[in-house]
Amino acid sequence: MNTKPITLKILDVISIILLLTSAYIAIFVAPTEKVMGDVQRVFYFHIGTAWVALVGFVFTAGLSVIYLVTKDLKWDRIQVAAIEVSLVFFLITIILGSIWARPAWNTWWTWDPRLTTAAITELIYIAYFMLRQGIDDPDRRARFGAVYALIGGLSAPITFFAIRLFRTIHPVVIAGSNSEAEGAFSMTPDMLTAFFFALFAFTVIFIDLFWNRIRLENLQDEVEQLKMKVTM
Amino acid sequence: MRKISESHPHPSPYHPRRGLPQGEGTRYLQAISAIVWKDLRAEFRSYELISSMLVFSLLVILIFNFALELDIKTRQSVTAGVLWATFAFAGTLGLNRSMAIEKDRGCLDGLLLAPVDRSAIYFGKFVSNLVFMLIVEAIVLPVYSVLYNTNLFQPGLLIVILLGSIGYTAVGTLLAAMSVQTRTRDVLLPILLFPVAFAVLLAAVKASGGFLDGSDFAEIAFPINLLIAYDIIFISVSFMVFDNIVEE
Repeated sequence: MNTKPITLKILDVISIILLLTSAYIAIFVAPTEKVMGDVQRVFYFHIGTAWVALVGFVFTAGLSVIYLVTKDLKWDRIQVAAIEVSLVFFLITIILGSIWARPAWNTWWTWDPRLTTAAITELIYIAYFMLRQGIDDPDRRARFGAVYALIGGLSAPITFFAIRLFRTIHPVVIAGSNSEAEGAFSMTPDMLTAFFFALFAFTVIFIDLFWNRIRLENLQDEVEQLKMKVTM
Repeated sequence: MRKISESHPHPSPYHPRRGLPQGEGTRYLQAISAIVWKDLRAEFRSYELISSMLVFSLLVILIFNFALELDIKTRQSVTAGVLWATFAFAGTLGLNRSMAIEKDRGCLDGLLLAPVDRSAIYFGKFVSNLVFMLIVEAIVLPVYSVLYNTNLFQPGLLIVILLGSIGYTAVGTLLAAMSVQTRTRDVLLPILLFPVAFAVLLAAVKASGGFLDGSDFAEIAFPINLLIAYDIIFISVSFMVFDNIVEE
């Protein structure tokens, strides 16, 4: 029997503690923003999830290349895990952003460049899973998945540039400023603490979920092989 | 002189009678043109693909006419968008069909058996898909111009349409080769293609709109550069990964 490794169990516990601590810091320790009020607190989780999701997506494009070169199904399993976890985190980013946008921009959604790129990126990876669902042969599924993830990973940044043709109102809090941004603010030291803690917490949570997901994929694979043995 | 050619294990590709080098490059180009030629001949016997794409595009324009109420005022701002939406929809129809023909009649297996580099098959299909798309566009443009009394024959706009079509079919050919091998087949292509081709459509709409409005070139230069970059990136990526799509 394949038991859960002890390191992973410990990481699970650490992730939960970090999530709770991060939430505590964001809600009670970080000061209230003057103009926007309490809703600004969503920012810490918004950036935290966006950060890990985007790093995850970039990482998957690299995994595509590794798979296409080595043709080892192990990399395919890792890629599926990374895309799935990133997809969920990115969806959370969009939803949290929406919650913030309602009071700050007075609308849940606007066709702002950042938001549009986010929606398109989300759709690319949903299409990735639809593509995989339509293929039975594991090798072909892995090959097609890798190719599509690579193309998707390349097109997302181009889309980002393309949509810059239209003006943006999304604030740029970290580095650089946008004079047309609505809802921009600068961070106090306490806010920075909450911000960096959230980044750290979500990175650990991402690694934990990623690891669990890879393990699940491996177990699924094992079940498939056992099933094959029984039927043969 | 004679001695040198004897000691050289591989004779020079120069062929004395034809005067043309029969090297790898020429063979590659011959393979591509053979595939394009095959597709064009098959198409000009049946007109299956072009006629369906054409009728479909006209229907899309008709639907847009009533959906957007294309009176003179709105027309000016949405012409570029309507045109590109039409091309994109008609394009998926053609891409799907051209790959489905190969798959259904076992033609793809035959192509794969040919002793040429696999990417030649990609370029062959890409060029023939591009030709079909350009033919349809060449008919839709004057029809649109007449129906809506706008002059679409501006050299700038035609270049944008060419660049946009290249990018769209470059990715489209690759993804169509993928989608015909899945269970859901035709349904999957637009789902795979539209999010990836979003950048090309966006830049094309912006550049076309710029030319139609008569904006400064400085404003149009960025989307055009983006289109060129997109075309180069996606043609080279498709060239590199196509092997993985058709491998058995």
